[in-house]
Amino acid sequence: MSNVVSQNHDNSHGSVKSYIIGFIISIILTIIPYYVVVNHAISTDATYIVIAIAALLQLLVQLIFFLHLGTGTDKEWNTLAFVFTLFVVLILVIGSLWIMYNLDYNMMEHM
Amino acid sequence: MVNEPLINHSHGVHDVHHDDGSKATFGFWIYIMSDCVLFAMIFATYAVLHTHVYGGPNAKELFSMPFVLTETFILLTSSFTYGLAMLASNKANKSQVLFWLFITFLLGLAFISMEVHEFTNLIREGNSFSRSAFLSSFFTLVGTHGLHVTSGLIWMLALMYQVMKHGITPKTHTKLACLSLFWHFLDIVWIFVFTVVYLMGAI
Repeated sequence: MSNVVSQNHDNSHGSVKSYIIGFIISIILTIIPYYVVVNHAISTDATYIVIAIAALLQLLVQLIFFLHLGTGTDKEWNTLAFVFTLFVVLILVIGSLWIMYNLDYNMMEHM
Repeated sequence: MVNEPLINHSHGVHDVHHDDGSKATFGFWIYIMSDCVLFAMIFATYAVLHTHVYGGPNAKELFSMPFVLTETFILLTSSFTYGLAMLASNKANKSQVLFWLFITFLLGLAFISMEVHEFTNLIREGNSFSRSAFLSSFFTLVGTHGLHVTSGLIWMLALMYQVMKHGITPKTHTKLACLSLFWHFLDIVWIFVFTVVYLMGAI
C-alpha cells in the first residue's frame, strides 16, 4: 500500500513542520490586524494598510505552506492557472470599484 | 495495458501506470480557479454596495468581533488538521486519516453552526437580506462561502465512508487531495471575508 503514495510524486505535499509553520504564521497574521482594528491602535489610513498587507501575506503563506503552490516540480500549470486567475480577479474587483465609484459620482452631479 | 481487465479494483484509477491522479487534481484546481472568479464577483459587489445601508445598520453596528475571530480560528485550525489528514494519507495510514478528517469535520461543523447562529440572529433582529443593499450583498458573500463549506462537509463525510470501506487507495488518495485543495481554498476565501467584511467594517 505504501507504494501507492510513492507513485503519486507527492514530494510537494510538505511535512508536519511546514503545516505547523504555516498554521502559526496564519494565526499571527490574524491576530495582528484584529488587534489593530479592535483597539484603534493606529490611524485609520494606517489600519487599512496594515490589514490589507496582513491579508495578502496570509494569502501567500497559505498558498505556500498549505496548497504548496510553486514548490512542486510538476506544478507549473497550477501556478500559471493561478496567476491568470489573479489577473482576472484584479480586473473584476478594481474595474467594478472604479466604474461604480465614477457612476456614483456622476449621478450625484445631477442631483 | 489494453490487455488488462477493465474492472480492476486493486488499481482503482484506469491507466494506473501513467495516471497518478495529477490530472484529476489539476482539473480540480481549474475548477477552484473558476470558483475564485465567482467569489471575486461577489466581493466586488459587496465592495460597491457596502455603503448603501438605506438608513439601516452598517457593518460596525452589526457584527461582534470576538465572535468572528473565533470563527476564523476554527476555520484556520480545520485547514491545519486537514493538512495532517493529507500527510497521513501520504503514509497510507488509514486510521490517522479518519481521525484527522473527523476532527476537521467537527471544526467545520462548529464554523457553520456559528455562521447559522449569526444569520438567524441578524434576521430575527429585522436585519435580513431584504433590509438594505449592504445586507443583501453581505448575505450573498458570506452565505456563498457558508454553502461551500457545507458542501465540503458533505463531501468529507462521503470520503470518510469511502476511506473506511476501501482504505487509502490511489483513488481515495486523489479524492482526498482534491478535497484538501477545496478546503484550503475556502480558508483563504474566509481570510478575505474576515478582512474585507469584518475588519474593514469595524474600522
